[in-house]
Amino acid sequence: MLNASILTWLTFLPVAGALVVLLLPRRGRAAEGFTLLLTLAFFLLALHLPAHFNYHQQQGFQYELNVPWISSPAIHYHVGVDGLSMWLVVLVSFLAPLGVLISWRAIEDRKREFYALLLLQQTAMYGVFISLDLILYYAFWELSIVPLALLIGMYGRNDGRRAAIKFFLYAFIPSALLLVGMLWLYGQTGTFDLVQLQQQMHGWSTGPHAAGLWLTSLAFLLAFAVKVPVFPLHGWLRDGISEAPTAVAMILAGKLGLYSLLRWHVGLFPTEAAHVAPLMVALGATGVLYGALMALVQTDLKRLAAYATLSAVSFIVLGIYAFTAASMDGAAYQILNESISASAFFMLLGILYERYGTYDMGQLGGIATKMPGLAVLFVITTLSLIGLPSLNVFVGEFLILSGSFQTHPRIAGTATVGVILSASYMLWMVQRVFYGKPSTSVAALSPADVNWRERAAVWPTIALMIAMGVASVFWMHAIDLSVPGMAPNKVSLGAAVTPTSAYATLNPTRGMTR
Amino acid sequence: MIPSLYLWLLPLFPLAGFAINGTMGRRLPKTAVSFIGLLFPAAAFAQVLWIVARVHQGLTLPYTESFATPWIAVTDFHANFSFLLDQLTLVMLLVVTGVGLMIHLYSVGYMGEEEGYWRFFSYMNLFLFFMLTLVLAANFLLLFVGWEGVGLVSYLLIGFYYTKDSAANAGKKAFIVNRIGDFGFLLAMFLIIAHFGTLSFNQVFSSITSHPEMQGGFLTAIALFLLLGATGKSAQIPLYVWLPDAMEGPTPVSALIHAATMVTAGVYMLARTHVLFGRSPLALTVVAVIGAATAFFAATIGILQTDIKRVLAYSTISQLGYMFLACGVAAYSMGIFHLVTHAFFKALLFLAAGSVIHALGGEQDMRNMGGLRKKLPVTFWTMTAAVFAISGLFPFAGFFSKDAILAADFITPHDGKILWAVGLITAGLTSFYMFRLWYMTFFGSPRYQESSAVREGHGSHGGRDVHESPWVMLLPLVILGILSLAGGWIGWPEALGGSNWIAHFLDPVFASAGTAAATPPTTADIQLDRILAGVSMLTALLGWFLADLMYRRRPQLADAAERSAKPLYTMVLNKYWVDEIYASVIVGPILAVSKTLLGRGIESGVIDGTNNAWTRIGSGLSSWVRRMQSGNIRSYAGWLAAGAAAVLIVVLYLAHLY
Repeated sequence: MLNASILTWLTFLPVAGALVVLLLPRRGRAAEGFTLLLTLAFFLLALHLPAHFNYHQQQGFQYELNVPWISSPAIHYHVGVDGLSMWLVVLVSFLAPLGVLISWRAIEDRKREFYALLLLQQTAMYGVFISLDLILYYAFWELSIVPLALLIGMYGRNDGRRAAIKFFLYAFIPSALLLVGMLWLYGQTGTFDLVQLQQQMHGWSTGPHAAGLWLTSLAFLLAFAVKVPVFPLHGWLRDGISEAPTAVAMILAGKLGLYSLLRWHVGLFPTEAAHVAPLMVALGATGVLYGALMALVQTDLKRLAAYATLSAVSFIVLGIYAFTAASMDGAAYQILNESISASAFFMLLGILYERYGTYDMGQLGGIATKMPGLAVLFVITTLSLIGLPSLNVFVGEFLILSGSFQTHPRIAGTATVGVILSASYMLWMVQRVFYGKPSTSVAALSPADVNWRERAAVWPTIALMIAMGVASVFWMHAIDLSVPGMAPNKVSLGAAVTPTSAYATLNPTRGMTR
Repeated sequence: MIPSLYLWLLPLFPLAGFAINGTMGRRLPKTAVSFIGLLFPAAAFAQVLWIVARVHQGLTLPYTESFATPWIAVTDFHANFSFLLDQLTLVMLLVVTGVGLMIHLYSVGYMGEEEGYWRFFSYMNLFLFFMLTLVLAANFLLLFVGWEGVGLVSYLLIGFYYTKDSAANAGKKAFIVNRIGDFGFLLAMFLIIAHFGTLSFNQVFSSITSHPEMQGGFLTAIALFLLLGATGKSAQIPLYVWLPDAMEGPTPVSALIHAATMVTAGVYMLARTHVLFGRSPLALTVVAVIGAATAFFAATIGILQTDIKRVLAYSTISQLGYMFLACGVAAYSMGIFHLVTHAFFKALLFLAAGSVIHALGGEQDMRNMGGLRKKLPVTFWTMTAAVFAISGLFPFAGFFSKDAILAADFITPHDGKILWAVGLITAGLTSFYMFRLWYMTFFGSPRYQESSAVREGHGSHGGRDVHESPWVMLLPLVILGILSLAGGWIGWPEALGGSNWIAHFLDPVFASAGTAAATPPTTADIQLDRILAGVSMLTALLGWFLADLMYRRRPQLADAAERSAKPLYTMVLNKYWVDEIYASVIVGPILAVSKTLLGRGIESGVIDGTNNAWTRIGSGLSSWVRRMQSGNIRSYAGWLAAGAAAVLIVVLYLAHLY
């Protein structure tokens, strides 16, 4: 019974919780305490999904619920998850209580609104990941923009409103195109249902609908690419991240857009996606290097984190559009890893900011002697982000790059330079913030080291960095069931596996560009 | 059914030590930290000895062990946690755990008065974990885990005194330069996957072996990328620049990581992948040339360094060059042989230097040493064994391994004689700068009283009298001293009446590489070997003689030499300005381009330009909204949402009609 309704419960309980939060007393810790309990409960509920997931089911969705909602136009309440979206739902549930914990002291004004908006955002994200009907999906997609913009605008550190407007416009205008595309699709097929659309649109790429299909696929692509963001559509990212409070920065970039690319661009328009793939692969690699080089010359920690995020999500874009099983599995896995490690990074930056009141590396320095506990957490997170083997990010990065290398050797090889650059800017950052003698502004203060609440927020992410680095199979199993199937004309590694065919590709240039 | 060797346990021993000291060490008393820090490496060493006994009893090698659950498994690609034990691994295991244990023991004394004692031991144990993973790995990816892992620990330990800017800088530099090498390693792995579909050593090498027609081509590309990785880890041209700076770390770290074990990982990797290199004469030639060039180049810098640890650092780079030189002429067992003897005498050199530094309260400049022979007798005698060994004096360890490499070069067709000549000249230089170090440190009149400035970092007890180190430091010195003398006898060549045990032991691993040791030597070979051994010995003695002349009998000669070749002297003293060239040719332009072209040009110009256009639209909208309402963000976000809903409803209605 629970199996059919669990996704619905998960999705709508947070918004109900948000309403309750607004009614709670303004004083004391009621809002954050209640939200924390709620989010923990949601997390436990979400664990039901992997626990009862059928890991042998190759095709289709699980925990599915499909009921007619509006008969005309035909809109269904159709939800369900596959191996990819299941883990994304768990991820959202996992990060939510951490976001509450880390906001505990950072947010003092308008607390009820803050936590209510966080919960609303949680509903929107669940909705995006589980919707299998385009209209339903679109409703959640639009909904996901609003709380984020409000949170940035209301709780930004300097000029939140400006960053919020920028984010909103960036996200909103392409979404209007998305809507037009959706309606065109409905006009042609009479359905909004993902599965039915896929069946009906089979073979359209060469038929009379080809042109319309192209435009529609581009509208979809643009809407998602802005949200990821894909270089050069990242104009909102730097200000968005540097203004956003920690709990918002943790969920701002990456997963919603990346998931949508996989499910609603690659999944719905495989042929068109294959045509733009070379462009997307090139943009991915460019974003990797561009973000890394920009991160190298930042002096503000939040801005550095923003460009590091651009670099990290660009790896995933590269992996998705390289269309090999390994690169797509790696990309899907990396959505999880990027979220977890970047969240840890943002939380640690927030902890630092609460103590020293600045993100400016010029004013920081020598903090390791003052806060050894924070330094340890910071270094581990750094190592995860720069892809140290045996930690999580490496697994995704390796699969993305080795997979992409099979179809786009030169571009993947170029993107691999990113591993040198990421080590450079991250370790330089660690050095400037933590090593050396304490700077004057650091020496002037003697704040307490990381406290229990903060440890409780950061340690779970660190535990996952290690677990997902050494036992990737646990998560990958479900992902591998679902993701490679989304790829059009997937290039199989198996082609070169036998030594004889390896010899057939002996000519290195031929073998590489195969 | 072969009984299990529990190889998986081997790396887990030191990992447990790391976990315990790393989490609880801060609160534990020092004796407990030392006990834990020594117990787990000792357990690993004991297990290695047990494995040796098992192999001696006739266990067949190679032996593999694999976990049932893979590490990474997706459609088309698998990587397992699998371990491989063959003769090569066994030699490496003995060196890593044996020398490692000695250095751990020594550290109890050397680091005894340091802050962060627990941190030091937990890092050292973590290092052993990664190093054991590296040598036990049965596939490229697991090897890479160890490979980057040892780099991480190296980073952490170089930066052990992290409040010191130079130490923090050196640690970062080591990691980033190694990352450049790792970039090559990654590309090599991508190519291997593309052509073989797997990263398992066994599968890759056997498919190469079963296809004799595979020559050069992509195999050359793979080999060259692997070589880039090896030049990073083993500090060869062009990526050697991190190792001299790595001397910022505590001296036991220099001994263990930056001399005996980690930096030899590149050599180990070349030996491990010899099947690949065997199909690419071009790649092999590059290996040999890099080795010869590095050996010579680093030795010349070593001549003028005055910091005792820096001399040893450049000599490490130079000696690693010899190992590359051996691999480059497919004399892998000789390369591994030199790896072993080098581990003994170079670890000893660092530990003895540490003993000197310890005695002088942190002084590392040899100009402020001298006359320590009587004050530090044990240190002096053990160091002497190491100096004789590295200089290649018969019958010390270095003589046998270095001579074996030079002989292998000499008989290599084409340019073998040139390689041999470079190696021989380097041997003379090595002998010269090592005896220079020996004389400046232990002979002549004491110069250390004058120096009052105690270096930051090691030596919190600068005020005390010069004294010999405690027994926990001397015991490892003595053991390594014995090994520096006798350790080379495992490769006593047939030409000098020995049996060259090590070469025969390693033969099964390198059989396909066609090493010379497989065939019994002819009389002519024996004659040639004897002559070459004599020439090497004479070269070493010549170096000693010159050092004796310039640094003991006629010190004014050194000054005269300096004056007569001033430009050359300045260039070598400044290490050929390689660091400065890298900084201005590579690092500077990258930062400048990022700041101006990307930052100001693209980001501010193009991206933010678009932003501003958006914002203008936004402010237009917001002023419109402001006229409608209060103008705060909530209200016009609400307006936009409402507008979206309106658009939605209208369009849906239209679509319905349509």
